[in-house]
Amino acid sequence: MANIAHVAEHTARDLIDHLPLLQVLVPFCTAPVIVLFGSRRFAWPLAFISSVISLVISVMLMMIVREGGYISYTLGGWAPPLGIEYRIDATNAFVLMLISTIGTLVLPFAYTSIKNEIRNRDHTLLYACWMLCFTGLLGMVATGDAFNVFVFLEISSLSTYVLVAQGASKDRRALTAAYDYLIMGTIGATFFVIGLGMLYMATGTLNLADLADRIANQGANRTVRSGFAFVIVGMGLKVAIFPLHLWLPKAYTFAPSAVTVFLSATATKAALYVVMRFVFSVYNPDFSFAKNTLEIIFLPLAIIAMFSASFVAVFQVNMKKMLAYSSIAQVGYMLLGIAILNEAGLTASLLHMFNHGFAKALLFMGAGVLVLKTGGSFYLQISGMGRKMPITSGAIVIGGLSLIGVPGTAGFLSKWLLVQAALERSADNSLFLVVALSIVLSSLLAVVYVWRIFEVLFLREADVLIPSSEAPIMMLIPMWILAGSCVWFGFSTDLLYDVANQAALNLLEGSMGMSGSILNLGMN
Amino acid sequence: MLDLLHQIPTAFLFFCAAFVVMVLPQGNARNIVLLGTPIIAAIQVWTLGMGEFYTIPLFGFNLELMRLDSLSRIFVLIFCLAAFLGNLFAWHIKDTIQQVSALAYAGSAIGAALSGDLIALFFYWEGTAIASVFLIWARRTEGSYWTGMRYLVIQIASGVILIAGVSLYYYDTGSIAFERMELGSVATWLIFLSFGIKCAFPLLHNWLQDSYPAATITGTVILSAFTTKLAVYALARGFAGTEILIYIGTIMALFPIFFAEIENDLRRVLAYSLNNQLGFMVVGVGIGTELALNGTASHAFAHILYKALLFMSVGAVMYRTGTSKASELGGLYKTMPKTAIFCLVGAASISAFPLFSGFITKSLTLSAVAHEHYMYIWLALVFASAGVLSHSGIKIPFFTFFAHDSGKRPKEAPLHMLLAMGLTAFLCIFIGVFPNFLYSILPYDVNYEPYTMEHIAGQLQLLLFALLAFAIIYRRGLHPPEIRAVNLDTDVIYRKFMPSVFMYVSFIVSRSFSSIHKLSKLMFINFISRLNHTHGPDSSRAASWPAGAMVISIAALLGLALFVIFFS
Repeated sequence: MANIAHVAEHTARDLIDHLPLLQVLVPFCTAPVIVLFGSRRFAWPLAFISSVISLVISVMLMMIVREGGYISYTLGGWAPPLGIEYRIDATNAFVLMLISTIGTLVLPFAYTSIKNEIRNRDHTLLYACWMLCFTGLLGMVATGDAFNVFVFLEISSLSTYVLVAQGASKDRRALTAAYDYLIMGTIGATFFVIGLGMLYMATGTLNLADLADRIANQGANRTVRSGFAFVIVGMGLKVAIFPLHLWLPKAYTFAPSAVTVFLSATATKAALYVVMRFVFSVYNPDFSFAKNTLEIIFLPLAIIAMFSASFVAVFQVNMKKMLAYSSIAQVGYMLLGIAILNEAGLTASLLHMFNHGFAKALLFMGAGVLVLKTGGSFYLQISGMGRKMPITSGAIVIGGLSLIGVPGTAGFLSKWLLVQAALERSADNSLFLVVALSIVLSSLLAVVYVWRIFEVLFLREADVLIPSSEAPIMMLIPMWILAGSCVWFGFSTDLLYDVANQAALNLLEGSMGMSGSILNLGMN
Repeated sequence: MLDLLHQIPTAFLFFCAAFVVMVLPQGNARNIVLLGTPIIAAIQVWTLGMGEFYTIPLFGFNLELMRLDSLSRIFVLIFCLAAFLGNLFAWHIKDTIQQVSALAYAGSAIGAALSGDLIALFFYWEGTAIASVFLIWARRTEGSYWTGMRYLVIQIASGVILIAGVSLYYYDTGSIAFERMELGSVATWLIFLSFGIKCAFPLLHNWLQDSYPAATITGTVILSAFTTKLAVYALARGFAGTEILIYIGTIMALFPIFFAEIENDLRRVLAYSLNNQLGFMVVGVGIGTELALNGTASHAFAHILYKALLFMSVGAVMYRTGTSKASELGGLYKTMPKTAIFCLVGAASISAFPLFSGFITKSLTLSAVAHEHYMYIWLALVFASAGVLSHSGIKIPFFTFFAHDSGKRPKEAPLHMLLAMGLTAFLCIFIGVFPNFLYSILPYDVNYEPYTMEHIAGQLQLLLFALLAFAIIYRRGLHPPEIRAVNLDTDVIYRKFMPSVFMYVSFIVSRSFSSIHKLSKLMFINFISRLNHTHGPDSSRAASWPAGAMVISIAALLGLALFVIFFS
């Protein structure tokens, strides 16, 4: 059934060999189980247990591939490229770990938050959707099959629309937000699948590694090239690349707080991983068209996003919306790391995925707590709350500092690396000096919009009617775990850096292809 | 015990103390920590000897947290001393925020002075910015809030420029060691600019006069000691002997004089005078010879003391009367005689009267300038010295304690303030009388004898004539009819012409500086409101778009991508 890299026979049938599948299967099966139980009391514990199991699995996978190499798992014993293959290397293990960590940490937070924001009778189905969304995101990342990516993308998207629409019990505008997201997401997914269709037409395969081999062998004809445009733009919509970001602020603002936390830290990151996979592993930047697309289109867009979205964030008066726009700006950094096209840039991009995921999850949790206490996230409503709930707000402060990239927090590391990456490129192209400069300048904008939060929370007078009490302990624990890791990874930098660097190296090596040991192993 | 102490970086001592202070209840225990920490730190640094003592790895770099050499040691010692005196002066304060931030601020400044590499320097550099702003906010007025914000933005910007410079520098040279650098690459210019902002170079100086007078009474005393002197240290370490600094320093020594002359708020006068004193130090760094660097270091040492003393005395007056405006004060010597005497000591020190600390330190810089044959610079600095006497040496004590009687009869300053001022005044005189004590801890060996006949006579001439000039101007201002009656003769040159030229130049210089400032402010405000128009919550960028418009954007991007792909 399963193949572990560099194991000669696929005789091993331990549970451990099934890890790549279990990673996706556990949450996938949890969803119907939750519905079958049909009880509100069981929904949350089941979801939580399955998230914890996913987390454990992703950590184990990470341990195996940390030093390089990959695990190839063939589904149902059908050898790739015909059968579906799950292929885990350092890159997607890294993203899997991010998604499952966030998924696990958000659930304790979600328990209270969802109770507060959503009607009781919807809870069971909501957790089922949550698990499906979780499955979709994990599957998109774990799979090594292009069409499978699309399937999981749709699983996660459809359930996301439902989750966003749940915000309607508080604010009806969640419905239009979900509707817009649905239209846009569907168009994006369609573009993506059209791109896959073109690739299939030109190469006759859907396995990512096999695709890479065939494209490399036969060269890029016009179909393959158009496929690139469709795939990148389609997935770019899910990433919320600059002009395709319009669905994001509304969706994040009106979705239930817990859902926003979960999505902001994982959904765009998973999509970004797929973009990376296609840019570096399926195609590769040696193709001049791929390189040009990145440098002529996506690099300027990334920089525009960094500034434009940051400026909008600066002037926002609603914390959730501000954070949403900040996410668009931060996606700009990650995209920039890809478009810089070197090792440091990719490492920075992957690290920033992680750091931003943590910081943004933390900040949205903070917003969620404030919504719980004050009923809204407008600055007017939450002003002065920092004095009433110092422990909660302390965590928000740390998240904000990491978002800015203050030294001593995790955010500093990735921005520093990104600047280094741009400077490295500036040796042969002095335009990259401007890129480096704009990274620094746009970080200053982050200072401004994060500062506004601090100002609102600590320096304004609070509404006397709101009692001063901290967030419930179930919310405080995940917040402080995230805050702690923002600081921890700011000082103990090597751990995360090594992993991200290995992941970047994997991507830059290009595809390992179908050639060599793996395919033969399967045939034997 | 001492060995154990030596294991801890000095800055961490202060940070730990800040935490302890946060936990302890208000009262004597807290004050003992506040006063004890600088003493322990000074003992530690004094007994530690020279070398590098504490390295931590971070992100592939080794950060040197304890580089003690003769240059850093003198700065650390004076920082400890200043922290002690400032905290003693603030004994009556029952405000946790001020106490904690004073300790954290001193700790950051000391940490920065002890940093052996640029990354550690950057950490502490931002630390001073963040810790110190609370001393301004602690006044808790609307005005001080915005002043603090402006201060913070500028200080943080300095740090950001520093880290940008450092990363470029690392990229150029592969080293993060904080050693002497050559101006020339973008990297070193950025670092230079960042130091320059903290050092209040001309046109980068506004934050200083803006923020220091806005802080609390005790906060100003603390603020005046650290940030700018840290910048001077950083310049001395990184850019000693950079010629452009000589000219920058000279302008710095000159232009604040004119502002100080026409300023009414005495704390602002002192802020301008601080800027002017920094000019002397920057010139010393620019000369860069051993004599000049000794001059800079000793001047910084003495300057921190007498400037603190002046801020303390004006602060004590403000504590009792609630104002620091020259026009509302006067005649206070009757009820605050001790404060008046201490203020006079500070004034004499800053004006470099023989037997006071300024005399033995300023002359080092001046001699270094003369040694290197910068004739005009030397003349400008001598002129600036006269200006110092006029605005700090005379204006401050005169308008506060003498001049016309304001009718105010405040009580004498409280005991702890007198104690702090007395101690500082004692040190000012002690250094002036026994210069060898200070000379022995300078970065380089000193063979300089300040008390020569020629030097004393020259200095006294300068001072006495400046005093005379002030007396004339003052009397003329007080009794205009009498002056007008005087027949015009050749003495019109010093009676009327010189003062009016002086006032005229003051006016022009200050106006042109402030109009540049105003113009940039106006442009800034315009820029922000335009941004708000394009990016604010009501703008199209922040609006929610109909689905159709979103679809157009995706189609457009796809078209663009296809275009690029096909044509490459």
